[in-house]
Amino acid sequence: MNYNDYEGVMGLEVHAHLLTESKIFCGCSTKFGGEPNSHTCPTCMGLPGALPVLNKKVVDFAIKLGLALHCTINRKSIFARKNYYYPDLPKAYQISQYEEPICSNGYLDIFMNGEKKRIRVLRVHMEEDAGKLVHESTIEASTYSLVDYNRSSVPLLEIVSEPDLSTPEEAVLYLKALRDVLVYLEICDGNMEEGSFRCDANVSVKRKSDTKLGTRTEMKNLNSFRSVEKSLAYEITRQIDLVKQGGTVIQETRLFNVDEGITYSMRGKEEAHDYRYFPDPDLLPLIVDDQWIEEIREGLPELPMAKMERFMTDHGLPRYDAEILVSDKELADYFEETVRLCKEPKTASNWIMTELLRELKNGNISPKDSPLSPAHLAELLSLIKDGTINIKIGKEIFPELYERGISPKELVKEKGLVQISDETAIVAMIDAILAKCPREVEEFRAGKDKLLGFFVGQVMKEARGKANPKLLNELLMGRLKGSG
Amino acid sequence: MKITKETVEYVAHLGRLRLEPHEVELYTEQLGRILDHMDALSALNTEGIEPTSHAIPVSCVLREDAGRESLTMEGSLQNAPERKGNFFKVPPIIEVD
Repeated sequence: MNYNDYEGVMGLEVHAHLLTESKIFCGCSTKFGGEPNSHTCPTCMGLPGALPVLNKKVVDFAIKLGLALHCTINRKSIFARKNYYYPDLPKAYQISQYEEPICSNGYLDIFMNGEKKRIRVLRVHMEEDAGKLVHESTIEASTYSLVDYNRSSVPLLEIVSEPDLSTPEEAVLYLKALRDVLVYLEICDGNMEEGSFRCDANVSVKRKSDTKLGTRTEMKNLNSFRSVEKSLAYEITRQIDLVKQGGTVIQETRLFNVDEGITYSMRGKEEAHDYRYFPDPDLLPLIVDDQWIEEIREGLPELPMAKMERFMTDHGLPRYDAEILVSDKELADYFEETVRLCKEPKTASNWIMTELLRELKNGNISPKDSPLSPAHLAELLSLIKDGTINIKIGKEIFPELYERGISPKELVKEKGLVQISDETAIVAMIDAILAKCPREVEEFRAGKDKLLGFFVGQVMKEARGKANPKLLNELLMGRLKGSG
Repeated sequence: MKITKETVEYVAHLGRLRLEPHEVELYTEQLGRILDHMDALSALNTEGIEPTSHAIPVSCVLREDAGRESLTMEGSLQNAPERKGNFFKVPPIIEVD
């Protein structure tokens, strides 16, 4: 079957939990993982007579994200009720924004194999989360559901993209870029496992030559980047197969089963959704003035994309390095601090991407908590640069430096690792080795250049790795080419 | 007639109301009259007038992001028709193919 005539068309709806102290419309805590129903009050449980009062910080965060995504910040926006029955929604409506969201028409750029693609963002709006349904066995086998309202009314920003994504890889790149922005802005922790960064996807397929979009399905339950990629790939293939066999795609919600790697149809009690949106009479129109927006704009941090460009231009890093370093703000900060102290961006980047990242990953430690400080890494790089130790020794002692968090200078002294740069000492070692291997010397002089490595290795062994490699090479060549 | 019996039954379902046949008749007629009355508004020229979402010209009141004490867990759960541990217990909701 030829899939090449067809392409996927995807738009993503992302829900980001905001890092506020209190909920969007009441003072209950937003903390994850409290005892069930311990962070609840009449407002977030929808008890009669309780009234919502909007949390200012939620608006601050919405404006922040809107500006970062180049959106229009609407001076007036309106909260609306989205009505549906579900036990995790105690009021039987969710307070959201519908016709007049706070931000609209922005974009986020992604890089696919080094090439820029612009993904349009239709809107960003504020809303409240629902409670959480818990099942003791699988959903299918349960005869009842349990509800925890701690999550009810936790503030969310919903970010809706235009259907500009054509492949699962693009979708993942967009999601990662969006998550980086949220984390850089310090408005969301981006944790997918705990559900503070969630993604639903609208998927359809069409012939490449067609301009009209196909019927779409909505995919839920995508709680890791891997799930997103796998489920979208599966769903696109499923739809193409269906269409090519003369079938039609039904507009429906589908769930992704991680274990089986397939999507299946999910049917709610209410088959066709009719949300009957209308302006919430409990909440008045939200007015945002220029001063408020400008204050937020002034406080915006440098965003991942800008930082990446700067690492490439100011520090001369390749895109590959810059991408890895900015993918984690703490790692980028670590890099910049190291460079500020040692002035060797590319060397610092190499050590951070290999040695440091390896240790951090092994211990599941975040860069800010690294036992090896940027100052110590800079010191290590200086020791190598000024020839006190060689690179090989540097790599050997790295795990211990990391483990103990002590000064590289001290460790080098403690272990007697200072590089031997004394010519007389090195020459003595060279001569001793050459005297032991007359046959190899003979062969080398007869043109077997490859033996140079053998001699270097032998002398290095004699020096227990501490000989200055550059000096050793020079002196060795001199002895071999000379009279000997 | 502005509204059909089917629409009334549909709206009743959305609102989880169980209506007797004679009630459906009654509400179809009454709701129809309300909608007819709303038609009077269509006679007005509303061109250039911003849609009104709220009747009074006041904007949103905001609160600072500060925590307040929640109810006690017992307080939260005291109206639960059924509970299990500290959870509300409800009928199963999802049907899956």
